[in-house]
Amino acid sequence: MEKFTVHTGTAVPLRRSNVDTDQITPARFVPYFSWTGHTNILFADWRDDPAFVLNLPEHQGATVLVAGTDFATGSSRESAVWALQRFGFRVVIAPRYGDIFRGNSLMRGLLTVEVPTEVVESLWQRIEEDPGLLITADLERLEVRFDDVVQPFTLDEDARRRFLSGLDPVADTLRFADEIAAYERGRRPALPSTSR
Amino acid sequence: MSSTLAQKIWDAHTVRRSEAGDDLLYVDLQLLHEVNTPFAFDALRAAGRTVRRPDLTVGTEDHNTPTVAIDKVIQDPAGRRQTTLMRQNCDEFGIKLHRLGDDDQGIVHVIGPELGIVRPGMTIVCCDSHTTTLGAFGAVAFGIGTAQVEHVLATQTLLMRRLKDMAVTIRGALPPGVTAKDVCLALISRIGTAGGQGHVIEYRGEAVSALSMEGRMTLCNMSVEAGSRAGLVAPDETTVEYLRTRPGMLQGAEWEAESAYWRSLRTDDDAVFDKEVVIDADGLSPYVSWGNNPGQSLPLDGRVPAPADFEDVQQRHAAERALEYMGLKPGTAMRDLALDTVFVGSCTNGRIEDLREVAEVLKGRRVADGLHLLIVPGSAPVRRQAVAEGLDRIFEQAGADFRPAAGCSMCAALNEDRLLPGQRAASTSNRNFEGRQGKGARTHLVSPPVAAASAVLGRLASPADL
Repeated sequence: MEKFTVHTGTAVPLRRSNVDTDQITPARFVPYFSWTGHTNILFADWRDDPAFVLNLPEHQGATVLVAGTDFATGSSRESAVWALQRFGFRVVIAPRYGDIFRGNSLMRGLLTVEVPTEVVESLWQRIEEDPGLLITADLERLEVRFDDVVQPFTLDEDARRRFLSGLDPVADTLRFADEIAAYERGRRPALPSTSR
Repeated sequence: MSSTLAQKIWDAHTVRRSEAGDDLLYVDLQLLHEVNTPFAFDALRAAGRTVRRPDLTVGTEDHNTPTVAIDKVIQDPAGRRQTTLMRQNCDEFGIKLHRLGDDDQGIVHVIGPELGIVRPGMTIVCCDSHTTTLGAFGAVAFGIGTAQVEHVLATQTLLMRRLKDMAVTIRGALPPGVTAKDVCLALISRIGTAGGQGHVIEYRGEAVSALSMEGRMTLCNMSVEAGSRAGLVAPDETTVEYLRTRPGMLQGAEWEAESAYWRSLRTDDDAVFDKEVVIDADGLSPYVSWGNNPGQSLPLDGRVPAPADFEDVQQRHAAERALEYMGLKPGTAMRDLALDTVFVGSCTNGRIEDLREVAEVLKGRRVADGLHLLIVPGSAPVRRQAVAEGLDRIFEQAGADFRPAAGCSMCAALNEDRLLPGQRAASTSNRNFEGRQGKGARTHLVSPPVAAASAVLGRLASPADL
């Protein structure tokens, strides 16, 4: 996981709510998609439309996505996170996310920030007025900044620590291998095994 | 202190408690399928790590697999590659895999219970959001992403924030013809697709107790569509009886002790839930979805809503978009919607009980001219059972396309089964998202009896309409 402390960039205003993972990365493309591949399937069905916000020239090079509520509900496919990252996004700002996607993003180093709906609305408006607007996500101070707005957000301390240190979650957990082994010794013997 | 069943299971699996965020949770069983997993194994190899507990891990092939013929090579190169990788990875790391054509292959959430490895009180994860299905057995079961798959493979644990508790009580008895699927759609249309976010739902009440294990699996399956991370039903005699006959099940004194333990697993009477919803079963009727998320559902007797019907501005926008995508005019009776395809199958409604319900409606009837009724068994055992009961003959005589192999099929549209742009389908699956069943496909979620009746009449209908 890449280290993340403070990020500043321009943004794309995605004026839609309930954008599920089937829209972020349509299922039929998922088997073709790999972390290291050359194609990007982000919003594949919508990108056919030249007027789709991601296609607009003024938003090229943006690194922040500002979306409506319940972003990325649905499937557990992590390709939704990868495709956003591969497109260049480091930060997503939305009022609320699908639980599984949020977990995936925080494991993979895509910062998903929750802010109130009003803040998203005003961000959309400001970005549309000025596509060059710079937005800062500051993980040290836990705030989003644009213009003279300072919007605090919360993030679980463990997730924040992983972002700030760039620590691989598996390596992090393996520090507790002894505790895991101790737990295993106490497991009830009647529990099923797949090789039994 | 009194607590809920979900919290008791969570506590019993907490290796390390964190006040600051994620608990370290021990995982009793990880299920794998060919999509969403190759990269987890790649990462494992790259870091020189091994699978900590291959004996608590099992794989199946379901998402990409052809259902037309078991021996048919997967035509799609990406799908074939994923299946090949799945086989190589399971081989290399010593994980048992149920391959296409095996006696017990099928959709991961269908075969887990069939294999008898899903039991009360367990923690279960899988790289699929509908892992919530397995909560029907009184287990805490939920979907995870690829990074978490890797984490569980390497450590047999998961980092996860403690879930909040939600009680959904279905009071009274379901009217005849109303199924668990209708309960799901009615619930989600009421609480919304985010209604359960951050929570584990415990389903309770007389109507839930009266459900078979199949019905409870359908109910828990769609918990994720209500935004919740997991759904469960406390184990009871129905659970114990289902498990008694599973292959490899405990015997004698071990069985007695274990089943007694399962019966003891329940929420304390004075436990407090963070959120509670009560639904009266007798007010329910067959439900269908009209829009592009499962929350956009209404009784089959209803009419397509207008955007103005929604007070919430976000819901109004979502309705406008859904009507356009679905090609619907407000005020149209749901029963007037003509269909091209009906799909019966998926981890929601691809079990033997679902196929029986469909056969009962189809018996002595024919599928409407020009309509494709696709019936895909959830697993090879489900298909064998259907044949043993003669359901295959009924399907054949009705003109249905009853597939020889099991898999996710048209639910995820990752194999050859998908709709063409603009085609309208009634589907017993779980998602009516844009493009879910093919680009431009229009999906209406329904119960198995409604699917069957709709196939006969060529439009959305219930068995009572026949």
